[in-house]
Amino acid sequence: MEALDSVLTAARAQFATTISFHIVLAAFTIGLSNFLLVLEALWLKTGREVYLDVYHYWLKIFALNVAVGTASGLILEYQFGLNWSRLVVQAGDILGPLMFYEVLAAFFLEAGFLGIMLFGLKKVGPRLHFFATGAVAMGSLISAFWILSANSWMHTPAGYSMSGEGRFLAEDWWAIIFNPSFPYRLAHMTLAALLGSATLVAGASAWQLLKSSHNPRARLQLSMAFWTVVALTPAQIVVGDLHGEHTLKVQPQKVAAIEGSWTRPPAGAGEPLRLFGWPDMSERRNHWEVAIPRIGSLYLRHDLSGTIAALDEFAPEDIPPVPPVFFAFRLMVGLGLMMLAQGIASLVLRFRKRLYIARGWLWSCVLMAPTGFVAMLSGWIVTEVGRQPFTVYGLLRTADSVSRVSREQVVTSTWGILLFYLLVFGIGLWVLMRLLREPPRRGEPGPQPTLPDETGRS
Amino acid sequence: MDTDWLTLLCAAALAFSVMNYVLLDGTDLGVGILLGLTHSSRNRRAMAVTILPIWDANETWLVLGGGGLLALFPLAYAILLPALYVPFIAMFLALILRAMALEFRDHAPSERVKRLIDGVLLCGSLCTGLIQGIVLGTLVKGVPHLGSQYSGDGREWLEPFPLFCGLVLVLGYTWLGACWLYWRTVDELQHRSARQAKQLAWGTAGLLLVLVAWTTTLHDQYSQRLTAPVVWVPAVLILMALLAVFRSGFRSRFDWVPLFCALGVFVLAFALMLVALYPLIIPPGLTLQAATSKPNSQVFMLVGFAVLIPVTLIYNTYGFRVFSGKVRVGTKS
Repeated sequence: MEALDSVLTAARAQFATTISFHIVLAAFTIGLSNFLLVLEALWLKTGREVYLDVYHYWLKIFALNVAVGTASGLILEYQFGLNWSRLVVQAGDILGPLMFYEVLAAFFLEAGFLGIMLFGLKKVGPRLHFFATGAVAMGSLISAFWILSANSWMHTPAGYSMSGEGRFLAEDWWAIIFNPSFPYRLAHMTLAALLGSATLVAGASAWQLLKSSHNPRARLQLSMAFWTVVALTPAQIVVGDLHGEHTLKVQPQKVAAIEGSWTRPPAGAGEPLRLFGWPDMSERRNHWEVAIPRIGSLYLRHDLSGTIAALDEFAPEDIPPVPPVFFAFRLMVGLGLMMLAQGIASLVLRFRKRLYIARGWLWSCVLMAPTGFVAMLSGWIVTEVGRQPFTVYGLLRTADSVSRVSREQVVTSTWGILLFYLLVFGIGLWVLMRLLREPPRRGEPGPQPTLPDETGRS
Repeated sequence: MDTDWLTLLCAAALAFSVMNYVLLDGTDLGVGILLGLTHSSRNRRAMAVTILPIWDANETWLVLGGGGLLALFPLAYAILLPALYVPFIAMFLALILRAMALEFRDHAPSERVKRLIDGVLLCGSLCTGLIQGIVLGTLVKGVPHLGSQYSGDGREWLEPFPLFCGLVLVLGYTWLGACWLYWRTVDELQHRSARQAKQLAWGTAGLLLVLVAWTTTLHDQYSQRLTAPVVWVPAVLILMALLAVFRSGFRSRFDWVPLFCALGVFVLAFALMLVALYPLIIPPGLTLQAATSKPNSQVFMLVGFAVLIPVTLIYNTYGFRVFSGKVRVGTKS
């Protein structure tokens, strides 16, 4: 049992590592490709060079990001078999097709038009090139659609039947794809990808404005990033609330873990909002709890006295590890509120015409560059750790999903992957920072500016 | 147990995806290997330019292969991957290195660093090709399994046959790369690529024959299939024809001929492998029929495949055409 336990831990750590790196790259691909699409549309509409310059500048960043994103995503397509082969045997009939459609409908679209988007403006002309940018942006969104559908199905399985050998069989594809938690997750994650990219673009632009405050291109980037933050943060809070409300219905253990609620308060007392605490799994209570009474009921039940199911109402082997869920949720919400504040501040500064010059403000934007993506990762920890101890919620345990691979193979490769990723993506980040240090110039060249002239019969 | 036609279609879809990957990204990997071995920085740049706009799309076929195996034959996927745990993970890390090296080489601060990055590209491409050969070799040799779970010790791939397959595939990929460069480049680089392509052709063809002979000794089914006259006579004739056209291709004015002949040899070898394996998907015991998903899932995927793959092929071909023609580095036209 102990050997199995450590295989399980290592396999989970490995998946967490590969997916965490990949999801940031994938989300940045979604955000940047849509940012680029808007920039190119504005360029085509107004003919102003500043849009094209900023387009080309971020296109270079996009080229690096998307290539590494594809390569880091490949391993995930195979990791299901490497570490989770029993999950595949049981649920492959349902998860497989959803991932298959992601490749067919999304990855090929992205990759097929990527070459034209990166290097082809001179070759195919602006209109067709705009189409290519649109195809790549569309592909990134379709990819999110399918993979989140597969993920959501594991949270809220629907449209299936069980075979004699305990395999999940597809009955109703519509019900499988549009399973109950999917719409919430898709909206929440798409907004998160756009917001994460926006705070990153804002941070980079602020960094550039600190050195060259009159660069009109850096100003344009900052401005666009903050309109995005202003528009999307409130939407994200509403969507997040709806998502949470739905989770309360379908995964009450997860919400109990989020709240750190071990026992239900007496009738009429309402749920407190626990600002801090140290959930203790063995004593099944919180240490050092700091809480405001009744506020929990307000956002959970939208009244002052409603309560939710507490952790002690479930079998001990059916509840998730509480501390990571509890802390990650607080981190996510905290960062989300900071982004809301940042958006409001940007409006005030814009109104006072200090948006591009207030140095303290610009510094705060630089520091907050990773906020969106850190919040996104925290959200994924909440939802994925919160699903434990199940892979297919309520039906298939994580311990019964893992491959029968030797312990040393899994442990060694998990460490290997972690160190490799830190090294390689560390270098990647360093190159990215070097590129972002220089603001976009007038007449900024795209990636490989000589390539169109070097290829072809012209 | 017979194989029903839905399962056959699924097998065809999977085979098509894997073969496309081998043909397309195999060529890119070959270019990566040759690039890392090239001294002149101008030539290296030209080689990189030939694959930069398309390699990402080519690699996507590998995602389709993995996704396809998972979706169409979940049991085969669940047995094959744990058996090749270490090689697969090493391959994905190598592919990440390859991707980073290709995209980041132009951001190198100095010529020396760029040379180093190209060395990384060489290693990444070489390891990827080697491991893909090892995977195919392990599959052909057979993977021990009990029911739906792998039951080996994780070291089956470390035997001579899979390692030999790795060697053959690396050589073959390099051959494809040389033929591609002959098609897409000019002057000295083109002449050099022609020389390399001819040498690699003999090496690859020779090793392939050894490989086929070795394969016949592995299982009775293989030797029966591969030594049947309806199989080996046409195979030998096609091989000879392809090699003859390959040779004369260098004297024609169509520079694409050698590459397509080389690709033809790959298709032939792949077809022989399928002939030997059918109806198994994982020897010695797992058949296509036993490994497949249920009809409801099969139909759902085949419809998507039939609709989307032709569209994909059209826009991918268009993407290739936009950047087709000879690469001339440093010249403005």
